[in-house]
Amino acid sequence: MSAVTAVQLEKGSTSTVEAPAKEKETRGEEELDVPWQVVVHNDPVNLMTYVTMVFQRVFGYPREKAERHMLEVHHKGRSILWSGVRERAEFYVQQLHGYLLLATLEKVV
Amino acid sequence: MEICRENDTLRISDLDPFLAELLRQIPSSTTCDGAPRAEARLFSRPSAEKEICKEWKSYVEPELRRLFRSATETVAADLAQLNGNEKSLRNRTLRIPLEHADAWLSTLNQARLVIATKYEFSEEELNDHDRSPIGSRRDLGLFQVNFYGFLQEFILREMGS
Repeated sequence: MSAVTAVQLEKGSTSTVEAPAKEKETRGEEELDVPWQVVVHNDPVNLMTYVTMVFQRVFGYPREKAERHMLEVHHKGRSILWSGVRERAEFYVQQLHGYLLLATLEKVV
Repeated sequence: MEICRENDTLRISDLDPFLAELLRQIPSSTTCDGAPRAEARLFSRPSAEKEICKEWKSYVEPELRRLFRSATETVAADLAQLNGNEKSLRNRTLRIPLEHADAWLSTLNQARLVIATKYEFSEEELNDHDRSPIGSRRDLGLFQVNFYGFLQEFILREMGS
């Protein structure tokens, strides 16, 4: 398909303009559909109460749910806090790093 | 040392010179100079995927550095109350506005992570609160991590109340 589009100008003449070139997509549609998960990893230094507070703040989880995830991190070494689109997952991981938690985003396999 | 809340202020009073000095060392304890492992802990990898890490380093890490530095500067400004010599530090009181609580939590956390990484404390060591008296720089590091953790716990409790 041609990238040239006809447009009608105000005075009635017709001209052609180059349609904007489609940028090379860096993330394919399929990749965007793949869910991502936000994983928090165990860290012996961060306090349990601090980690619970961070989960409440970042994800808006009620205290009980935040504590459940904190304990899962503590006992199992990791916990999946959230899953969904990549952009949102990146945002959450950035927030968690801002609180100095060990957090990663992973593709759901 | 006494620690309590007075309205919108956290008050740490009856500080002896040793604890006052440890408090004064909080900002400098966050620096990772010559400790790449500590640097790697503060700015940990966000993913196993190289492309994500590359973007992160360019766009997110500078923002995190600004965030951490801003928190440390707030704490350093509060700690100016403790300026003085050892004699004048006796029974000194430190007042922390509650609105600085987040900056304190961040800076204490940075300091604890950096010290713990530098000395490679194990989980067992970190959980051993009945450790024998300080006999080395490493022991002092462990004491600092626990003391700063105690302050974090107090701030968290007061923020939640």
